[in-house]
Amino acid sequence: MENKPLTDTIEPTENQDAVVAALAEKWRDKKGSLIMALHDVQSHYGYIPRDVARKLAPQLNVPLARIYEVSTFYNYFRLTPPGKHVINVCMGTACYLKGAPELIEEIESLLGIKEGQTTSDGLFQLEVVRCLGCCGLAPVKTIDGEVHAKMTRKQVAEIIAKYK
Amino acid sequence: MSKQTIFLLRDSNSQKDNTRDFQILFSKIARDLNVEDKIQIIRAADLGIYDKGYIVKDLTNNIIYTNVSEEDISTILTSTINENKVVENLRYTPDKCQLRIVLKNCGLIDPESIEEYLGQEGYCGMAKAICDMTPEEVITEMKKSGLRGRGGAGFPTWLKWSFARNSLDEERYVICNADEGDPGAYMDRSILEGDPHAVIEGMIIAGYAIGAKRGFFYIRAEYPLAIKRIETALQQAYDNGLLGENILGTNFCFDLEIRLGAGAFVCGEETALIESVEGKRGTPRSKPPFPADKGLWNHPTIINNVETLATVPVIINRGGDWFGSIGTEKSKGTKVFAITGKVKNSGLVEVPMGITIGDVVFGIAGGVLGGRNLMAVQTGGPSGGVIPLDKMDTKVSYEHLAEVGSIMGSGGMIVMDEDDCMVDIPRFYLRFCVEESCGKCAPCRIGGYQMLKILDRIAEGKGEEKDLEQLKRIAYGMQKASLCALGQTAPNPVMSTMKYFSDEYRQHVIDKKCRAGKCTKMVQYIIDQAVCKKCKMCVINCAVGAISGSRESGYKVDQAKCIKCGACFEVCKFKAIIRK
Repeated sequence: MENKPLTDTIEPTENQDAVVAALAEKWRDKKGSLIMALHDVQSHYGYIPRDVARKLAPQLNVPLARIYEVSTFYNYFRLTPPGKHVINVCMGTACYLKGAPELIEEIESLLGIKEGQTTSDGLFQLEVVRCLGCCGLAPVKTIDGEVHAKMTRKQVAEIIAKYK
Repeated sequence: MSKQTIFLLRDSNSQKDNTRDFQILFSKIARDLNVEDKIQIIRAADLGIYDKGYIVKDLTNNIIYTNVSEEDISTILTSTINENKVVENLRYTPDKCQLRIVLKNCGLIDPESIEEYLGQEGYCGMAKAICDMTPEEVITEMKKSGLRGRGGAGFPTWLKWSFARNSLDEERYVICNADEGDPGAYMDRSILEGDPHAVIEGMIIAGYAIGAKRGFFYIRAEYPLAIKRIETALQQAYDNGLLGENILGTNFCFDLEIRLGAGAFVCGEETALIESVEGKRGTPRSKPPFPADKGLWNHPTIINNVETLATVPVIINRGGDWFGSIGTEKSKGTKVFAITGKVKNSGLVEVPMGITIGDVVFGIAGGVLGGRNLMAVQTGGPSGGVIPLDKMDTKVSYEHLAEVGSIMGSGGMIVMDEDDCMVDIPRFYLRFCVEESCGKCAPCRIGGYQMLKILDRIAEGKGEEKDLEQLKRIAYGMQKASLCALGQTAPNPVMSTMKYFSDEYRQHVIDKKCRAGKCTKMVQYIIDQAVCKKCKMCVINCAVGAISGSRESGYKVDQAKCIKCGACFEVCKFKAIIRK
């Protein structure tokens, strides 16, 4: 299994301490409530930040490894913040042949992230999808659901710049 | 006076939509009879009745008239509006009826109002159980009813309860399994969203019967509305003294809380679910000990499916004998199915056990979409199997479905037509199981992966005859050695398609052909020069430039370049592209 990186939050410490303390208070005395606590963390932050997990573990009286174990087992939990704009690049056969790998390479180098990751400013998230079902327009990528067809390396930079 | 709504419908099999003319005529007659202010006429798209000419539905009284001729209009209008009578000779009564026991309130009451539920004999079963009956009597009543678990395996509910009841451990739990994960099934969600109090009532009765003081709802996080409805319903039950301390003035105390799933299919398996409720990763435990003996935190626990629990109040209220009179000898009551796929009316149906699959598919669901031929019906999702066309007289019951190599499952029913490939479908299900395998035991983790690789190879046209044997061997190993039902049943879709559609597998392996054209690697697209009009649409639409030629010499597909995306096949207006 791949090692998923954990990400820290960028919020002030005091706020975070308060959030964690409130959560711990809510769930500490309820047996087996780790998953519920993690649901609360995720609905507050949009993912499970590493520093929150670190602080939460002793307060809930569970090992940090348990939090990592549970949050990587269940598909629902994210360990990286969701990006503001989600870029889906189609890796269907047609797109693949028409240069989707180069597109991904270009986006990765432009944004400095790998597939499945989010930029540090939280603006972009890059996902690779199986097929978007419009092979005639290959290669295709979508940003926030909007389809950009017949992409070239050059166009990628222009389009991404518009979202910045 | 409120307006009566009348729907108009055309015969769906006639090509022309002439309801507009019929509606004009209808309105004109209504005007002539001076009733136009009392009715509202709507042209509906589909009421689920076919080959019956014009259909008129009186929505207010829920009466359907079929084969309505122009002369009948005034009769219908006068008797409905003026005399408040039914025109018996035109009235439509379906020959294959649904029987709604579990879904009786869904869509009819406001799920966020406890008063409306109480108005439908709500909590009567619970009151009867905890005030007038002993826990043993409740279990006896359940035994009489013959209710079996609706989650798929069909274990007798009363037996599970009595195991927990007879345990020496005093701390016992009830869990409602609402982690519905089968692709294409949504019965439990509809019950939770449409009639949440029925499930809560069922849980209270179950708690009373086994002597538990606490219960948990395990609901998947992907069902936000269901969670919200259950939260509301729980609060209402507490506010009305139906949950908590000394329910209805008796000594019985019962608390319920919600635990959320987090997107793991394996957590539908009861021991994995227990692990998840305990806040751990959802990996199954080996059985025995069974949860009824050692479950949540090693205390006796019963886990029942949503549909099972929603059936309990009616059984207690109306008696086990009444419930036991419905269905077949060994499978009692009704079952809710989510019927989807290539069928005219997809949706939820609730049928008495013993009705045939054909009755459900052709009678209630209206048959296959677009007049195509039925290939098979799949039940039980990724754990189930297919039922081919010649077995459509199979009865809906645990035994009969098992006999033909499928299972009742939680209630997904997917209709497939001749365009579906019987190698591709099990591949889809198997991929699902491989992705959802928790990885704890080797037969499931490795076996599933290897089976999928073989199927992938077959679908790519690289299969060999010995692969079919190998598939069977791995499947056998998985069925016998996997820790939980996910691994044990994962090979079912493959095994049952191999049993009924062995020709199709052999065609894939030996002739390297896919009848349905779904296994794209084996498909070839060829341009029929005699039909081709040289419009060049295919050339323009080919993403990889595999089609070349000129108006004079004709166009050709370069098979080496072609990626079989099918774009040319779709755009050709003259059907000059042949797929084979």
